[in-house]
Amino acid sequence: MSAIAIRNIVKRYGRGATAVQVIHGVSAEIQSGEFVVIVGPSGCGKSTLLRMVAGLEEISGGEIAIADQVVNDIEPADRDIAMVFQNYALYPHMSVFDNMAYGLKIRKVPAEEIRQRVDKAAGILELQPYLKRRPRELSGGQRQRVAMGRAIVRQPAVFLFDEPLSNLDAKLRAQTRLEIQKLHRELGITSLFVTHDQVEAMTLAQRMIVLNAGRMEQFGTPEEVYQRPATTFVAGFIGSPPMNLLHGRAEGASFTIAGQRLPLPQSAPRDGELILGLRPEHALWADGGEGTWELQVEVVETLGAERLVYCRLGETLFTARIDGTLPRPQAGQRVPLRVPAERLHWFDAQTQARVA
Amino acid sequence: MVERRPLLTVVTHVVMLFGILIVAFPLYITFVASTLTMEQVLEVPMRLLPGDQLWNNYTQVLGAGSTRGSTAPVAPMMFNSMVMALVIAIGKIAISIISAFAIVYFRFPLRHFFFWMIFITLMLPVEVRIIPTFKVVADLGMLDSYAGLTLPLIASATATFLFRQFFMTVPDELLEAARIDGAGPMRFFIDVLLPLSRTSIAALFVIQFIYGWNQYLWPLLITNQESMYTVVIGIKRMIVGGDALTEWHLVMATAMLAMLPPALVVLLMQRWFVKGLVDTEK
Repeated sequence: MSAIAIRNIVKRYGRGATAVQVIHGVSAEIQSGEFVVIVGPSGCGKSTLLRMVAGLEEISGGEIAIADQVVNDIEPADRDIAMVFQNYALYPHMSVFDNMAYGLKIRKVPAEEIRQRVDKAAGILELQPYLKRRPRELSGGQRQRVAMGRAIVRQPAVFLFDEPLSNLDAKLRAQTRLEIQKLHRELGITSLFVTHDQVEAMTLAQRMIVLNAGRMEQFGTPEEVYQRPATTFVAGFIGSPPMNLLHGRAEGASFTIAGQRLPLPQSAPRDGELILGLRPEHALWADGGEGTWELQVEVVETLGAERLVYCRLGETLFTARIDGTLPRPQAGQRVPLRVPAERLHWFDAQTQARVA
Repeated sequence: MVERRPLLTVVTHVVMLFGILIVAFPLYITFVASTLTMEQVLEVPMRLLPGDQLWNNYTQVLGAGSTRGSTAPVAPMMFNSMVMALVIAIGKIAISIISAFAIVYFRFPLRHFFFWMIFITLMLPVEVRIIPTFKVVADLGMLDSYAGLTLPLIASATATFLFRQFFMTVPDELLEAARIDGAGPMRFFIDVLLPLSRTSIAALFVIQFIYGWNQYLWPLLITNQESMYTVVIGIKRMIVGGDALTEWHLVMATAMLAMLPPALVVLLMQRWFVKGLVDTEK
């Protein structure tokens, strides 16, 4: 059974000729208990998509089903969802307890049960000492936990997270990330999590939806997305530093870019205009000889454990990530790099889609 | 700003004391006059130390009133003023908070039109529309009644505008969180918006209470019976023109009484102001 089914969803703002379409037919089936992350650059429509699932935005086309029930015309309160907002959206005048209990009070849950549920959630989130405090007396991380507590006590079918970590500092973010993972493992509630941060997406997701300009570029596990990006966008978006994307001509076992002929360990999937993708971490330091790339170093960045070596390749800068213990290459020097056959990604120059 | 310049301190204090003197001296004269006998008030120059008639004068105006001009006792006038100020303050806040809620949170046809219509009435204070308003109130038979005193003054563009501005600063996520929690519009209004508006309501109450209490022209027009006088009108009616002698000590006692409630409201609500300024809840 799919917990959330998104079928050909379209979102338009405005009407008639002036309408602006921001989501162009996204479809995804999310299994029960799954943790799915929607990731994309700002303005790609990821929050809009989430808000449509929540019922806070109207759906212009297509349908969304939660637990096999189409919810297009159902109020947010009746969709069996709970949402955690980016700025927490806690009721400032209510205590932590009342914040978590409010949704249950409205649903006329008996007071005794409310107390039990809130206590349980507070226990999971280590919020017991703060139940009587107001949100403004809490730190950012604690407020974040209250917001999650408010979602947990409702015992919904689906959790929706709208960039819940972006207001936290880096250390707290990493910590909260782990807490969310732990929480999901314990409660097993289907979760949809929106972020623009690829590290969050990679670490949290069981599967991730990569969204670009209102279109779904790929839907798969973090490993699939990293190892077999479906498009050049995904290839460039996931991974840091981003994948090198080289526009050139393939001819058998050689690839020509900006007049420079690079040998390939294995023939390209087809001859002609192609985009060759290679992650910086997969360019290996070689001893020279047959089949190596001789590239001219432009800049070297030392990060400690590793070095980023930027090499000039026509218009583009090719990045290689090499072990920090290797001798530091000098600018202007030509360095030999070896590219493993299984690490090469090929994309169509026109459609930007993966060829092999 | 921490500055240690003795001369500057002295100068600023002198300016401040001078300012206080200018504001406070007339009040002091009023108070002194209200404690004197009729003869003492009329001495030239009037003495500057309080007399011994404080109790007599105040009990006389409250219970019996002046013996010249309007002879109504002041206690019922204080009550009338209180009713008028309270009804106007509470009525203004109640109506304007609801209309601001409608304008900010509901999408209805001509929403902006209605908002601007309300806003435009800011340009029409009571004095400008007093003749047509009087005609309407008179035709409705509301002369010499509390309804006539208060109703025409209750609609408030200022308060509506203030609440609108406040509501617009309340984050949208709060409304969305409430929607997901299952709160309908009225639940959201009562459970979230009202508590958040507490300090705005307190501030408006002070302003509107004083506005209602100090109304002069409108009650002057529509009250003919002494039993419906407000205290501000009462003062005016005690002052007799022509040959008769005004009992200034009683007029001053009434003026002191008229000043009391607004001063109390400001003093008591001041704590709320400060509280509202210290812990901004949003």
